Amino acid sequence: MPIDYLPILVMVVVVVAFAAIALTLSSLTGPRHPTAAKLEPYESGMPPFGSARRRISIKYYLTAVLFILFDIEIIFFYPWAVLFRQLKLFGLVEMGVFVLILLIGYVYVWRKGGFNWD
Amino acid sequence: MLTSQFLTYVAFFVLSAIALIGAFLAVTLRNLVRAALGLILSFMGVAGIYFVLEAEFVAIVQVIIYIGAISVLILFAIMLTRGLMTSAASTQNSQWIGAAFVGMLMFAVLFFVAITTNWPLAQPHTISDLIPRLGADLVTTYLLPFEAVSLLLLAALIGAIVIARE
Repeated sequence: MPIDYLPILVMVVVVVAFAAIALTLSSLTGPRHPTAAKLEPYESGMPPFGSARRRISIKYYLTAVLFILFDIEIIFFYPWAVLFRQLKLFGLVEMGVFVLILLIGYVYVWRKGGFNWD
Repeated sequence: MLTSQFLTYVAFFVLSAIALIGAFLAVTLRNLVRAALGLILSFMGVAGIYFVLEAEFVAIVQVIIYIGAISVLILFAIMLTRGLMTSAASTQNSQWIGAAFVGMLMFAVLFFVAITTNWPLAQPHTISDLIPRLGADLVTTYLLPFEAVSLLLLAALIGAIVIARE
């Protein structure tokens, strides 16, 4: 029944309420003394340089594509992992074949330098 | 029982509204990064509807693949395209008539299927046994498609590298 998902709804409400209360309280009670340095975007403590709206390297695209493929692989682990004890050795061997085929691709990407930046 | 049904209706309408608002933002906003964020909002609404429909696995796939990976790919595609990052792009190009026609055709087909299909009522079940059942089917009944998926992913991996190396 969808009502079984009520805990998720409760969690969503609590999370939104927590974020709203925390932000409202800090903006109501916190001191405000803006300086030029304080208003800069925070970038891990480094002084930001250049425009944020420049093009990024095409190399990121390969990273994203590889991420999607391994992400889809992970999805197939999920229903299997839920009951892999009941599937016993049979299920383990089948998942082994699945992973082995994908391992060929992984080794191929590695050998071709797909994980290298340059 | 009645409150449970009422809550389900409320959840469905709220989630549908989120999906529609996200889709509307995605096609109307002029800044493409914001349009992509609108699309992610739409994906989230659809994932919620899948939960309401008790399609738990599809909902999780929607979150992990679409919100997690496809959105990243779309944002990267925007960020590495010249011109899209610097100026607000027009939301229309010369192909809008064809796109509108295809969109309406798609809607007509889906609408026809939706009203002519006999929708069987789902049997009452507990949610916790759906995913184990899928897992069991995956390694017995659908073993061959399951292993074929790994071959498909392998082909996609090799294809991505071959194209990227050129």
